[in-house]
Amino acid sequence: MSVLVALLLADGRFPSGGHAHSGGVEEAATSGRVADLESLRAFVAGRLETAGRVAAGLAAVACGGRWPEAVLDAEADARMASPALRAASRRQGRQLLRSAVHAWPAVARSTVESPHHALAVGVVSAAAGLAPVDAARWAAYDAVMTPATAAVRLLGLDPFLVSAVVAGLAGAIDEVAAEAAAFAAGEGAVTLDDLPCPASPLLDLGAELHALREVRLFAS
Amino acid sequence: MPHDHGHDPHDTPAGDGRALRIGIGGPVGSGKTALVAALCRTLGDELRLGVVTNDIYTEEDAEFLRRAGVLADDRIVAVQTGCCPHTAIRDDISANLEAVEDLEARHRPLDLVLVESGGDNLTATFSRGLVDRQVFVIDVAGGDKVPRKGGPGVTSSDLLVVNKTDLAAMVGADLGVMARDAAAKRGDGPVLFSSLVEDRGASAAADWVRAQLAAWRHPA
Repeated sequence: MSVLVALLLADGRFPSGGHAHSGGVEEAATSGRVADLESLRAFVAGRLETAGRVAAGLAAVACGGRWPEAVLDAEADARMASPALRAASRRQGRQLLRSAVHAWPAVARSTVESPHHALAVGVVSAAAGLAPVDAARWAAYDAVMTPATAAVRLLGLDPFLVSAVVAGLAGAIDEVAAEAAAFAAGEGAVTLDDLPCPASPLLDLGAELHALREVRLFAS
Repeated sequence: MPHDHGHDPHDTPAGDGRALRIGIGGPVGSGKTALVAALCRTLGDELRLGVVTNDIYTEEDAEFLRRAGVLADDRIVAVQTGCCPHTAIRDDISANLEAVEDLEARHRPLDLVLVESGGDNLTATFSRGLVDRQVFVIDVAGGDKVPRKGGPGVTSSDLLVVNKTDLAAMVGADLGVMARDAAAKRGDGPVLFSSLVEDRGASAAADWVRAQLAAWRHPA
C-alpha cells in the first residue's frame, strides 16, 4: 500500500464534499456546548469514541470485502438514529465515490449507489490498494478532523492549537483503527452484530435540530 | 469571444444531451440573484431551466427566486457551502455537481442550468469541471476601481456584467473609467453594463446566454 495514497485520501483538500459538513460542531457551537478549545477537545474526543469508532468499523469491513456492501449499508443505517445524519452520510458517500472514481476506476464496481460515507471510505480504500486498517484510520481521522476544521471557521479558534488537539488524538485514532482492522480480519468468532455501535444521543439530537435551523453555514 | 475552455472532464459537451452550465459569480450584493431572476424571466418560456444557488448561511437566494415566481420551486436547488463559497464552486465541486445532476435527472432534458455562487470576493471563480461558461457580476456601487483591481473573476470570466448603472451618478462612479479598465484587463472579453431596474429582463445578458447555448451545441 502507498502511504501517500492514504494521506491524499484523508486530506481535507481531497475534493469529496467534506468541507460543507461540520460533524455536529455547528449545532454544538450554536447551543453553547462547544465554545473554546477545551470544550472542542472534549467534543472531538467524544466523537472519535462514538461516531468515529462506528465509522472505522464499517470502513474496515467494507474495505475487507468479506460481507456484501448492501448488508453493511443496512448495518450503518442501524447505527445512525438521526435521519438527518443518515442523509448527510449518504450524500458524502456518494460524493466521495464520484470524486475517487477518476483516480481509481475500480470504485465504479461499488454496488450501492449512495452508500454511507464510512462504506464509501472502505470501498475507495480497497480500490486504491489500501488495507482495512488504513480505511479505518481514515474514517476515524475524518470523524475528528471534520468538527475540528469547522470549529476553526465557526468560533475563530486558533488553528495551531486546534491542530495540536487533533495531533494529541493520534494515538487514540490508531487504537480505534487497530480495533476495527482486527474485526475486519475476523479475529475471534465475529458476526456483524459485533461491529462497534457506541452512540451519542446528543449528536443525533443535535443533527436533527441543526437540520431545522433557518440559518446555518454547514450542511450537517 | 469567450475564452477557450477545452474539455470538461466530467461530461462531453452537447453530445450526451446534458444542459449548458453557466456559473454566475461576483461579490456580495452585486446583483447575482437579481440577474438570475431576470434571466429566468426572459428565457423561461424558450428554454428548459434549472437553478442551483450557493447561499452562505440560509436559503435566502433560493427563497428569493422561489418568491419571485420566475421558476417552479423544484427547479431551484440550494447548496450549503460550510463557510467557504469559493471552495464549493472551485476546489471541491462535489456538492454543486451533485445538485446540477440531480436537477437534470429530475427534469431531463434541460437546456440550461445556472449555478449562482455565494457572494465572495474578486478571486472567486468557477471550476471548469462544474460550469461550461461563467459570468462575473460586479456593480458600480462597489466602486469604479473594481475592474482596474482585476482578479480572475474580472479578467477571465466569459462575460463581465457591470450592474446597477442607474446608481452610477449617485455613487460617483465613472462608467467610462470602468469600461476602459475592463477592456484593458479583458482584451476582447465581453463586458455588459446593465441596470436591472431599467431592464428587468436583462435582455443583453439573455442574448449572450442564447449565443453561448448555440455555440456550445454546435461548436465551430
